[in-house]
Amino acid sequence: MADAPHIPDEAETRARWGAFAWTAENAAQAEKIIARYPAGRQQSAVMPLLDLAQRQVGAETQTQGWLPVPVMEYIGRQLDMPYMRVYEVATFYTMYNLAPVGRYHVQVCGTTPCMLRGSDDVFAACKNKGLVKGATTPDGLFTLTEVECLGACANAPMVQINDDNYEDLTYDSMSAVLETLSAGGQPKIGPQIDRQTSAPEGGPTTLKEMVSENHDYRGDWA
Amino acid sequence: MPKVKVDGVELDVPAGATVLQACELAGKEIPRFCYHERLSIAGNCRMCLVEVKPGPPKPQASCALPAAEGQEIRTDSEMVKKAREGVMEFLLINHPLDCPICDQGGECDLQDQSVAYGRGASRYDENKRAVTEKYMGPIVKTVMTRCIQCTRCVRFAEEVAGVPEIGAIYRGENMQITTYLEHAAKSELSGNVVDLCPVGALTAKPYAFEARPWELKKTHAIDVMDAVGTNIRLDSRGRQVLRAVPRINDDVNEEWASDKTRHNVDGLVRKRLDKPYVRKDGKLVPATWAEAFAAIAAVQHGGSVAAVAGDLLDCETMFAGKALVEKLGGTMLEGRQTGLAYDVSSLSSVVFNTPLADLETADVILLVGTNLRWEAPLVNTRLRKAIKKGAKVFGIGPEFDLTYKVEWLGNDASLLAKLPEAVVEAFGKAARPAVIVGGGVLAKDGAHGDTLALVETLGLIKDGWNGYNVLHFAAARMGGLMLGYATAGGIKAVAAAKPKLLFSLGADEVDYAAFEGSFKVYVGHHGDKGAHAADVILPGASYAEKAGTYVNLEGRVQRGEKAVFAPGDAREDWSILRALSDVMGATLPFDSFEQLRAEMVKAVPALGIEGLADYGWSIPKLPTGATGELASPIKDFYLTNAICRASPTMQQCSAELVHGVEFAEAAE
Repeated sequence: MADAPHIPDEAETRARWGAFAWTAENAAQAEKIIARYPAGRQQSAVMPLLDLAQRQVGAETQTQGWLPVPVMEYIGRQLDMPYMRVYEVATFYTMYNLAPVGRYHVQVCGTTPCMLRGSDDVFAACKNKGLVKGATTPDGLFTLTEVECLGACANAPMVQINDDNYEDLTYDSMSAVLETLSAGGQPKIGPQIDRQTSAPEGGPTTLKEMVSENHDYRGDWA
Repeated sequence: MPKVKVDGVELDVPAGATVLQACELAGKEIPRFCYHERLSIAGNCRMCLVEVKPGPPKPQASCALPAAEGQEIRTDSEMVKKAREGVMEFLLINHPLDCPICDQGGECDLQDQSVAYGRGASRYDENKRAVTEKYMGPIVKTVMTRCIQCTRCVRFAEEVAGVPEIGAIYRGENMQITTYLEHAAKSELSGNVVDLCPVGALTAKPYAFEARPWELKKTHAIDVMDAVGTNIRLDSRGRQVLRAVPRINDDVNEEWASDKTRHNVDGLVRKRLDKPYVRKDGKLVPATWAEAFAAIAAVQHGGSVAAVAGDLLDCETMFAGKALVEKLGGTMLEGRQTGLAYDVSSLSSVVFNTPLADLETADVILLVGTNLRWEAPLVNTRLRKAIKKGAKVFGIGPEFDLTYKVEWLGNDASLLAKLPEAVVEAFGKAARPAVIVGGGVLAKDGAHGDTLALVETLGLIKDGWNGYNVLHFAAARMGGLMLGYATAGGIKAVAAAKPKLLFSLGADEVDYAAFEGSFKVYVGHHGDKGAHAADVILPGASYAEKAGTYVNLEGRVQRGEKAVFAPGDAREDWSILRALSDVMGATLPFDSFEQLRAEMVKAVPALGIEGLADYGWSIPKLPTGATGELASPIKDFYLTNAICRASPTMQQCSAELVHGVEFAEAAE
C-alpha cells in the first residue's frame, strides 16, 4: 500500500467540507437515483450517490473531485446507512478518490496487454511532463495513477483522463495529449492513430465495398 | 429431517442445518476460521471445504451449504485433505511467523489448524504483506499483519454489539480491518472481538504480554460487575488474576462478556486493603487483627447493631453477616445502598421474571426508566435479538442510544398510568409482551406500583410466560433480598434508628454522613468510600478470592470458585465474621465454609439449588400515581463499583469512551 492515497487530515477535512450539501440540481438527481431502488433497499443507491457527490466536489474545487469524509457521512445519513459501510464501498472501488486530485486525473493502464503494447512509453511521457505516480503536479492540473485493465485492450496502450479514453498511444501522442490539456485545449478523444474506435488501422480490411454503399456480395461467391 | 451420509455413516440432521453442522453431528471435526455459531455465515475463509455428492466435482464450503436429502459428504478423502492444505498454505502466505511474540500463541486457531491440517512447509518465497496497526480503543490491541480477514469482528460489531463501526476497507490483497477512521469502537462489548479473532490480530490491550495460556490456572467463577451473573473463567498465575473470559452458558451470557467483566481484574491488585486498620484520633492506623477485634468488642452496642451489604457480595458472606447481627441482638439489614426502599413483600414483583433466553422471543417490549446498555449489556444483546425477529420496543424515561430503534414516549412517570393508545394496542396483540423496569423506576415513589398495574392492563401474564421484569444491576441484590437484606424504609430507616454498631460489608455506595454516631466496621477489599468512613477496617476478599453463591437478576442461583488468595493479611469475609463473633462472645455456629453453606441452605433452601429460584407470583398492593422525570442511576458504566474504580483500564475506558478524552497513542 505504499502508493495508496494519503487520506487527508480529518479535522481539516471536516472544517472544509462539514457543511457539504447537494446543490439544488444534484438533490433532485439524488432523489431520482434513490427512487430507482425498491422501498427498503435504498442503500443500493450508495454507489451512484458517491459518484454524484464526487462530481459535485469536483465542480466546487475545479478538479476531478474526491470524497471527503463528511461527504461520505452526508450520504450515509441520507441513506440511513452506517458510516463504516459507506466508507467500505468508497475504499473498495478505485474510481472513488479518497484524496484530492488535479483537474485532470490521468489513469494509465499498466496491465499486461497495455504493457506489451508500450505503456512504459506512456509512463515515460507522463514522467517527462513532470507527472509523478500517486501525486498531483504543483500547478494542480494533473494527477497520475497507474490502474489495472480498463477494458480497452484492443486499443492498447490506453489512458483514461477524467471521463474520456485516449487510445493507441505512443510516447509522442501521449505527450501531445498532455500538452493540449495543459494549454486548455481538448485533444481528440479515442484512438490517436488513423482508426475508428477499435476498427482496423487505415480503414477496413474486409467488406471494403460496403463503406460507401450497400454492396451485394452474393455474386462474388460463385 | 434430511438424511445425509457423512464418511459413510448415515444420519438425520435437523431441517435447515448446514453441511458443516451435519458433519459436527456425525462427530467429525471441520476446521474453520470465519464460521461462528452465533454470527451470520460469511463463507470467506474456505477452510471448511468438504466433498459433497451430488454436486460439482470439487470441494465445497460446508459452512454455507445447506444439508439436503441424500447427500454423501466426505471429510476424509484425498480431495478434502489437499483442499485444506491448499487453503492453509494460502492463509499462511501473508501471516507473519511471529508466534513467539504473539499473545494468541498457545490458544490460536491458526496455529492449531495449521498443525492439524497444514502442509508442514510453505513454498512461498515472495515478499509478505504488512499492514499498519489500527487503533480500536483502550481494550483491543491490534497487530493487523496477522489478520486473515475472516470478518468475525465485523459481523460481531454489527450483529451482536449493534455498533457497526468495524469494517473492511480497500480490497483484495490490500484489504484491511479497521474501525471507522480508527476511532475507538464505542461499545461496552468490544472485548469479545478478542475472543472471536481466530488469530492474534485482535488481542486484549491490558493483557498484552502478560502470560501464556498454558501457565494460567483456570477457575470457574461468576462475575459481579452487574446483576446478569456472567459465567466467567478467571485465569490466574500465582496470586494474581490476569484475565477474565466468559464461559458458555446459553441461559445467561451465551458466550459474551462486557468489557467491565473482562477488564476489571487489574483493579484486583490495586488499592487493596491488606491489613486491618483502626481509627485512632481521627486517623486510620494499621493494626493487628487482635487489636481491630478488641476495638469492635469494646463498643457498647446494647443490641443496636445493623449491617449494610455491598453490591459485590456472595450470599455466604451476607448470611454470615446476618447471623452475626442477629446473634448480637440486632435486626436491621439493608443491601440497597443508594436509598431505594421498594416493597419486597413479594420477591416475584422485584425480579426479572422472564428467563433471559426467553426474552429473545418477546414481541412487544416496554422499557421503563432504564439504560439497558449500561445497566445490563448482556440483556441488551438479548433484546437486540428479539428486535431482529421483529419485536417492537417502546420506552419511557430519558432517551439513550440502545443500538436499536426504540419508540420513546417521553420522560414522565405519569405516562405509566395513561399509556398512549398505540402502545396499549400493540400490547393487546402481543403473544409474548414484556415490560422491563429499570433502577430509575424503583427510586421513584409510586412508580413501582404503577408498573405492577401494567401487568393487568397490558396482559403481561400468558400461559407459560411472565413478562414483568425488574432489572437490578448489583450482583448481590437478589441474593440479599432472599436473605432478608431489606428493611422497610430502606437505608434511611436504618440511619434513622441510629445503630450503635454498623457492619459495612463492602458497602461503598452508602452516604455515610447519615451514620455519624455509629461505630462503623468495614469488611471489604478495596480502599474506597466505605473504608474511608470506617472506624475499623477488616480486610476481606474480592469475588476472585472466595468461593460463593450468587443470585442473578432473574433469580438464578450460581456458584463461583476461588481463584487466588487474598493479598496480605486479608481473609475470606465469612472467616473474619466468624473470628470476630468469637471475640464478641456471640460465636457463630459454623467452623468451615461448607458448614456455613449448609447453614445458609437450611435457612434459605432455594440457595442450595443451582438454577432459577421459584418466587411464586403475587402482586403486592402498592401505592401508585408517580409523576415527574425518571433517571437512570448509572452515571458512568465503567466506574460502578470499588473494583473498577481501582482499575486503570476501566478508568481509561471511562475517560475515553464516556467523557471523550483523547489519548495519544504511546510511541512504539
